[in-house]
Amino acid sequence: MADATTDLAAPTPGRLTTADGRPLKAALGRAQSRARRRAFLLVLPLLLFIVITFIVPIGQMLHRSIHNDGFSRNMPQLSQWFADTEPGTEPDEVAYAALAADLKGAAEAKTIGIVGTRVNYEMPGTRSLFTSTGRKARGFEPPYREAVLEADPKWGNPSLWGTMRQVSRAYSPNFFLASVDLARDNEGNIVRAPQERRVYVMLFQRTFLIAGLITVLCLLLGFPIAHLLATLPLRTSNLLMILVLLPFWTSLLVRTTSWIVLLQGQGVVNNSLVATGLISDANRIQMIYNQTGTIIAMTHILLPFMILPLYSVMRPIPPSYVRAARSLGASSWTAFRRIYLPQTLPGIGAGALLVFILGVGYYITPALVGGASGQLISNLIAFHMQDSLNWSLAAALAAVLLAAVLILYWLYDRLVGIDNLKLG
Amino acid sequence: MVASTQDDGFVVFEHVQKSYDGETLVVKDLNLTIGQGEFLTMLGPSGSGKTTCLMMLAGFETATHGDIRLDGRPINTVPPHKRGIGMVFQNYALFPHMTVGENLSFPLEVRGMSRSDRERKIKRALDMVQMGAFANRRPAQLSGGQQQRIALARALVFDPQLVLMDEPLGALDKQLREHMQFEIKHLHESLGITVVYVTHDQGEALTMSDRIAVFNDGRIQQLAPPDELYERPRNSFVASFIGENNRLPGVIEEIAEGRALVRLDTGELIDATPVNVSHKGQKTLVSIRPERVEYKPEMLPPNAHLIEAEVMEFIYMGDIFRTRLRVAGSEEFVIKSRNTLGQRMLQPGERIRIGWAPQDARALDPL
Amino acid sequence: MKKALILSTALTAVAFSAAAEQITVMSWGGAYTTSQVEAFHKPFTAETGIGVVSVDADNPATPLKAMVEANNVSVDVVDVNTSDAVRLCDEGQLEEIDPAMLPPAPDGTPATEDFLPGALSECAVGNIVYSMIVAYDESKFPDEKPQTIADFFDTSKFPGKRAMWKSAKTTLEMALMGDGVPAAEVYDVLDTQEGVERAFAKLASIKGDLIWWEAGAQPVQLLADGEVAMTTAYNGRIFAAAVSENKPFVPIWDGQVYEYDLFVIPKGAPNLEAAKKFVAFATGTQPLADQAKWISYGPARKSSAPLVGLYQDGQTEMAPHMPTAEANLTNALPSSYEFWVDHDTELEERFNAWLAN
Repeated sequence: MADATTDLAAPTPGRLTTADGRPLKAALGRAQSRARRRAFLLVLPLLLFIVITFIVPIGQMLHRSIHNDGFSRNMPQLSQWFADTEPGTEPDEVAYAALAADLKGAAEAKTIGIVGTRVNYEMPGTRSLFTSTGRKARGFEPPYREAVLEADPKWGNPSLWGTMRQVSRAYSPNFFLASVDLARDNEGNIVRAPQERRVYVMLFQRTFLIAGLITVLCLLLGFPIAHLLATLPLRTSNLLMILVLLPFWTSLLVRTTSWIVLLQGQGVVNNSLVATGLISDANRIQMIYNQTGTIIAMTHILLPFMILPLYSVMRPIPPSYVRAARSLGASSWTAFRRIYLPQTLPGIGAGALLVFILGVGYYITPALVGGASGQLISNLIAFHMQDSLNWSLAAALAAVLLAAVLILYWLYDRLVGIDNLKLG
Repeated sequence: MVASTQDDGFVVFEHVQKSYDGETLVVKDLNLTIGQGEFLTMLGPSGSGKTTCLMMLAGFETATHGDIRLDGRPINTVPPHKRGIGMVFQNYALFPHMTVGENLSFPLEVRGMSRSDRERKIKRALDMVQMGAFANRRPAQLSGGQQQRIALARALVFDPQLVLMDEPLGALDKQLREHMQFEIKHLHESLGITVVYVTHDQGEALTMSDRIAVFNDGRIQQLAPPDELYERPRNSFVASFIGENNRLPGVIEEIAEGRALVRLDTGELIDATPVNVSHKGQKTLVSIRPERVEYKPEMLPPNAHLIEAEVMEFIYMGDIFRTRLRVAGSEEFVIKSRNTLGQRMLQPGERIRIGWAPQDARALDPL
Repeated sequence: MKKALILSTALTAVAFSAAAEQITVMSWGGAYTTSQVEAFHKPFTAETGIGVVSVDADNPATPLKAMVEANNVSVDVVDVNTSDAVRLCDEGQLEEIDPAMLPPAPDGTPATEDFLPGALSECAVGNIVYSMIVAYDESKFPDEKPQTIADFFDTSKFPGKRAMWKSAKTTLEMALMGDGVPAAEVYDVLDTQEGVERAFAKLASIKGDLIWWEAGAQPVQLLADGEVAMTTAYNGRIFAAAVSENKPFVPIWDGQVYEYDLFVIPKGAPNLEAAKKFVAFATGTQPLADQAKWISYGPARKSSAPLVGLYQDGQTEMAPHMPTAEANLTNALPSSYEFWVDHDTELEERFNAWLAN
């Protein structure tokens, strides 16, 4: 006992050791590694779950946005010819022979539609050229150039060959270019998309603008409510909290539909305004099927995401802070601005970030109540996922959106600090 | 610095009533005058109305009825930030997002004070509580005692005439608490400010106050300096709330000239001073402090009544001995004797006779 | 050991499939799925003992594509429209269906001749003809009633809001017909740059009065709520609202755009043989005729038309409500999937851009 005390007390130059002489660090590491292994095993299921359901799909999505082998995989010989020749090379007999062989092969393998679809993304109106020529490809005989051109003279179009050269590589930036209203011309130069097809940049701007507006509205509406909830006795505030959470328990469609009932031209709000004589029957206010509808409905739907983090930050702030400020000579406004508000910042940050990110991604609500002017970028992502089935473009648009949100997150971290975020 | 100025009425409560729900009164007809420079403590169990009184004075609660005046000016309608009252809160209420310096700067900023004036005053206030080196710390980096000092400095930095303290030492451990009691008392004396102090700790109240207002059930039960409160409690509540005390129930047998003879429920007769009893046959509760009970006959007045007691337990506490006795059927009768040279240690089972000077036993209202 | 395992697994599988053979059919939901359950699924199960599970999707082609690409097909028969059928077939995502396996008409006409033109293709068998029509609320036009597709675009003569499907498809064709292009020339015009401009210009002329719908149930609701005076809609939905709910909705058959819905079998369908059996059964003359009892979509077989009887209410004669009724075909446009497989990307993108700006 006495010896041990002396050992510990003595200043040991170099490393500390345990009683049996092993280095203390190694012994500690060994003692802790078992605990660490067990902890890791406990979180392993969640880790796997996240990797399988979240990281892998997002990775696939991102990959799809730059990778589309619809042409290169199904037209191997022609793709090889493009790889072997310089851009701008006139298609020769070898090229046409490769084309004829590939068309024949793709038609037999029933993949000609995939090829046509891929080329059609870049050059509209060419899909049927592939499918119809594919059906005739079985009968092609040399010289192939004549045979193909005879089947359809459109094959002689140099733009078509320029486009095929572009899509002959599985990896292509074209979908990302398209997602910001750019395109590549036959020479491969990046140019702006034709005026009447530019839509995405404008929609990205509108999406961020509307999401920002909704965030501000949610904050203005949610802050007093959260404050009320946080200061009322727990029993009353729990009851009111149920009212706040009620929208969570009704389906999104029910909520959206009820907004339609309320806001439409013949809806409750307009009818009341007409009945009270505030507006004439002929001048009913258009509050739905436009941006106003999107903003109103989304503010309602996202409000709980603002209130909850605010509430959870406000609840533990004792009233004595504001009282202290008042006793120190601050008016109620000064006490709010300098003492209360700064302490709710983590909640404001969390709520605003949540509402904004969710707002940027919403598409059902804008689709139902947004009309034409209330459509957001997510509606077009959904359109390309579900209707046009151009998943690569949908992935590129989603990737741009993801990047924008990540940048925002990074900015928030730089400006406010992410550790200053309290989600509840 | 004893409350010689209490009559000038620096703070006056006049027939103040307070109800939260419109059905019951939390404060029932409060009348209280506090003098300039006085240290007044509001003492009482929780729910007795003392904190409500403090909050009404600070302006966070409004009186349902009655007037509160500060320095001659009615303040019922004055908002809290215009009252110029410093306040120390139970959990200090230091603003967590500000440094110590910023916390102290806040009351000066809202008063529009110039930067140099602010810095001077902050330094002076911090030095006053020996925290001069901590201006750039955040409250969360300070210990409880340090936070307490900062809260004190913040309440004093803008030179208020009146400082309210709402159980300011409640969160500290015993040793630190006692130390801080002296520091607060010292600051009060050196600055000459008026302090209204709320606590439920009678030791704290006795140590610090010029006068103590004992609250119970929405009323002031007794308002007196500490010695008077201890020596001469006016009713059973005060007697039992302040200090340790033995209680013997009985009936007045004789009463005359400031002396009474009480027949205990078990038949013995004892001496007492009548306080709020007046006639023969009245029920009473006789209260005797443990240190005033004597068992050595030579120490008692010659005509004192003595009663039988049996020693149940003897506890050696160093400076004093504490002995539990069975007296008049109760086993909770305690006596304390100083550990003086030759003092005898009583043995459990020993039978003795005890007595007291009549002025030390007070015949009070039965609880 | 291994052999035993395989054997027992195989036995279990056989026992399982013998005990409960069933197929899954995916369709569009609502009254349409109901009509299929009544006319196809129930009689099929009664005749063959094979159970039919019915699932719905907004557009069944989307989950079908996803399933085939993920190599995890859980449905056997899917109901899709023509352009999706052609496209999925070209992309190799569908099983081929030999028309020879389809039953002939009762009079012996082979299936290939009995089906309406375009209703049979390599991978798909048509079941109904449905139509996009204009319908209006009679109560909104007490005096002169709208008669033609041109009236839909004439908001000065027939004031009130309009609703259209939020899609370039059918919308552009109707715009051209509303601008006076005869049905027969619509696709020739739309194939030119000027034609596209003309169609968008026509839409732009009433853009301020237009509300866009996405789900088939919406236009009926918009009419019922009084939000719009006229809308484009699927004819079956308008029929159902007018006949079973007594709404004052009137269809305008002028300028209708009709197309087929078809049954397809996804590549990798778990019960291929049963699926083929189901398709052959459901597209028989009698089941197709029976379906019209539940919904006003026309059968894709000529031989079914004379068998179409009364609506389920027992009094409404169904024949005049069919898109294929002689009187309804005077200025009707068969939707061209050849046009749309080539132009949907371009025109939908342009339509979206036009909408958003």
